[in-house]
Amino acid sequence: MENTYDFKKVMSKPERLAPGHRMCAGCGGTITVRTVLRALEEDDRAVIGNATGCLEVSSFMYPYTAYEDSYIHNAFENAGATLSGVETAYRVLKKKGKLTEDFKFITFGGDGGTYDIGFQSLSGAMERGHDMVYVCYDNGAYMNTGTQRSSATPQYADTTTTPVGRVSNGKVQVRKDLAAIIAEHYVPYVGQSTFTANFKDLYTKARKAIYTPGAAFLNVLSPCPRGWGYEPAEMMDICKMAVETCYWPLFEVIDGKWILSYAPRHKLPIEEFLKSQKRFKHLFQKGNEELIACFQAEVDKRWDALCSRCE
Amino acid sequence: MAIRERLSGNEAVAYAIKQINPDVMPAFPITPSTEIPQYVAAYIANGEIDTEFIHVESEHSAMSATIGASAAGARALTATSSCGMALMWEELYVAASDRLPIVLALVNRALSGPININADHSDSMGARDSGWIQIYAESNQEVYDNFLQAYPIAEHEKVHLPVMVCQDGFITSHGVENILLVEDDRVKAFVGEYEPQHYLLHPTQRMAVGPYAVSNYYMETKRAQRQAMLEAKQVILDVAARFEEMTGRRYGFFEAYRMEDAACAIVLIGSAAGTCKAAVDHIRNTTGKKVGLIKIRVFRPFPEEELAQALAGVEAVAVLDRSEMFSGTSGPLGAEVRAAMYQARCKAEVVNYFYGLGGRDITVSDFEAVYDGLETLARTHEVTDMYRYIGLREA
Repeated sequence: MENTYDFKKVMSKPERLAPGHRMCAGCGGTITVRTVLRALEEDDRAVIGNATGCLEVSSFMYPYTAYEDSYIHNAFENAGATLSGVETAYRVLKKKGKLTEDFKFITFGGDGGTYDIGFQSLSGAMERGHDMVYVCYDNGAYMNTGTQRSSATPQYADTTTTPVGRVSNGKVQVRKDLAAIIAEHYVPYVGQSTFTANFKDLYTKARKAIYTPGAAFLNVLSPCPRGWGYEPAEMMDICKMAVETCYWPLFEVIDGKWILSYAPRHKLPIEEFLKSQKRFKHLFQKGNEELIACFQAEVDKRWDALCSRCE
Repeated sequence: MAIRERLSGNEAVAYAIKQINPDVMPAFPITPSTEIPQYVAAYIANGEIDTEFIHVESEHSAMSATIGASAAGARALTATSSCGMALMWEELYVAASDRLPIVLALVNRALSGPININADHSDSMGARDSGWIQIYAESNQEVYDNFLQAYPIAEHEKVHLPVMVCQDGFITSHGVENILLVEDDRVKAFVGEYEPQHYLLHPTQRMAVGPYAVSNYYMETKRAQRQAMLEAKQVILDVAARFEEMTGRRYGFFEAYRMEDAACAIVLIGSAAGTCKAAVDHIRNTTGKKVGLIKIRVFRPFPEEELAQALAGVEAVAVLDRSEMFSGTSGPLGAEVRAAMYQARCKAEVVNYFYGLGGRDITVSDFEAVYDGLETLARTHEVTDMYRYIGLREA
């Protein structure tokens, strides 16, 4: 596998998610899909899976599909199990000599379909070790149904089921650390990424995930303009701030070994991530300084724990 | 020459699976179907078949993975019972609308609650609207024979629908009976190789499965499923005819037992037919009364016209349901048989009984009492209850 990342060359590969789908402008989900699929070798064939969600209902509206590859959507909570079946069929058809072509298997789910309703199906698929990549495009809420909180939603986020009100500061609980949970399955590859540095981090991790034999998991912070409340042009800055504040650390777990992909030289205060998003607007009202301090303390605690795991 | 054996219903299904050697079997254990995946796992462990087993973490994932495997181009199946099937519910509809020729070995068991592990038909009857073909068995021989016929029906180009092969929990699944098995080479020739036209792993084509279909398209997909179900009727008969050529055993939509001149008839599904036949023989031999039985084999597609025709000359009919649907009136079989007879202007009076829920026994004398009641009904034409119970302790 190449060690150098040639942005121009990578971006000039043919798109495997065709334009014309109905996802929003400024949607992180589609950028995740395009970047991950770009990591496939051009001549390699793949079957793409998908949990129900924005991505599915916007990219495969009968009779049109945006996917250049074979594609299967089944339901909301079973992308892991569904692709398990496809991958197993591949192995048995190869074993029986009914198939000679090579295929890769990649499935996409939002955080609703991955952290929550599809968690069991994902855990089963990872534990069984199917040769597949499960990619979570984590936008931190159930966006397809209109921004309801998920277990990936950060604390204090204003969502439609954790609305900010006279006696509410948004979501009460802190978010689940899914990448760590999947790493505890001792699968060969887990990567957490988002859109930084010309997509080098995500592209590189996607290549490792796809071309490492066995089960692999990618957790990709994928902002949602409607749910988070930002202008489309601000997305890359928000991703950068998520990493520079250590809210969303970039790391890998390869065969059980934890590796930090990037440590900011000067960790920025969490306000730099929060301030451009409407879902956190209430945190900046007078009297809510304590909430930001709590948010910062949670980020610090998790960052320190991650750094010690990566030593 | 057929092979003489003694097998339980679960063993018989597992043996059929071994003979067919399908590609992928995801399964999760649940009583009383657990033995089926266990036997298959043992065949795999001993290198007797090259099926790949997926050790899924739930029945929802079992059907999800079966769908994935089938869409990918593999011959796929699973086995379950009761709550396991209830957990698959959503996926049953997906399998049918994706038009995947999956086979499900269902061992009928009561749905919770209260939790109960014994036979009734509440699991498959609840799934009667899911778009699956449903074939039921009276005996181990029948469930074996039905299983061998399932893939040729499911995979037929005019059908492309999933098939549920049902047997009664414990009574059939665990009861050991004499059975005639078909030789391996004849099974292979009968079932044939699976050669799908469109699938995810096709060497040259791409395919997309499971779209979002708005109201402009959804209704036509349902109409197409109906058409496939209609086409399935002839295919089921054609496959049965081919099976009869191979084995001499005849199958149709239902079995009409001593119905040629019957004045009073019982209609039911499953293993209770054996007990009912004993009652029919006893009544005819001792009293000469003209009683008969219709045992439904194919409930989906529902053989409406054929059934009405078979009941055209009868004076009184008792339809026996082994599941509730809580309509307050009939059970599922009762409602459909009544509707079929009404449309065909049958003159017979019809009563509906609930029996055997959660595995409650039904005996020859129970059936004799039902036939006695039918005789009175045929004379008086007075239907006092839309539904009755057999073997219920009333307060």
